[in-house]
Amino acid sequence: MAEKELQAKVKEEAPAKGERVRPGRVFVPAVDIFETPETLVLVAEMPGVSGDKVTLDLKESHLTIYGEVGPPLGAGETMVDQEYFTGDYQREFHLGSVIDQSKIEATMKDGVLRLVMHKVEKAKPRKIEVKVG
Amino acid sequence: MPIFFREPGRTPLRELEQLQRRMDRLFQNTFGTEQFPWRAGVYPLVNLSEDKDNLYIRAELPGVTAEDLEITLQDNNLILRGERKIPAEENQVNYHRRERESGFFRRIVALPAQGRVDKVAATCKDGILTITMTKPEETKPRKIEVKVG
Repeated sequence: MAEKELQAKVKEEAPAKGERVRPGRVFVPAVDIFETPETLVLVAEMPGVSGDKVTLDLKESHLTIYGEVGPPLGAGETMVDQEYFTGDYQREFHLGSVIDQSKIEATMKDGVLRLVMHKVEKAKPRKIEVKVG
Repeated sequence: MPIFFREPGRTPLRELEQLQRRMDRLFQNTFGTEQFPWRAGVYPLVNLSEDKDNLYIRAELPGVTAEDLEITLQDNNLILRGERKIPAEENQVNYHRRERESGFFRRIVALPAQGRVDKVAATCKDGILTITMTKPEETKPRKIEVKVG
């Protein structure tokens, strides 16, 4: 099923937002976002980020994903030829649908983050009983 | 002297200075470190590094596992072939964004001239492929002692 040859691409740097404490670059991860009737799924590519280095922040409908990478070289190594830069990953989204904060599943595997967010059930019509006093 | 040069804050000297600064910026952007990646332009981009025992080749391959990769060492060339697969989602999904790409890749990385290697090991961790190549004994740095005559 090898239908397409991949092209080399330079990672896009994230627009600077204030000053950072940690030195280094920040990149925009490539994402897929899709919806099923019950969930909103976000898949982000963050090579070099391990599961415990991912920070997710959801405030109302504003989602921020942040991935921290380790040092690009081991101790005592020197770079001979560099074709790509390494750095942290950050991206922010405004979510269209209302998300149930208690039902978010995040998994990190082989540098790919998968975030499954369950939508809130539409407010169901309620019957209000009038008590006879 | 023509009258327009007397305008406050606008002297020929200052204009020259501004031009110089703009030229500096242009040169930095064109030849500086900002733009140097993707010399090879073939996927995947690799970083080559070394320490005193090993040569390392690293590539960012998110979602690629060991069985999708085929690494061959031929003379002084390292051949990287593989496929990046994005498993299809169920039928009901509708996409908002689709930026990730799938496909195959094949690349040759020429090792440095002295880079005859003894042992090769490859690991895939968190979407980063690291190929470690042990340098043969005779190319490792040697300490030469100076004898007192």
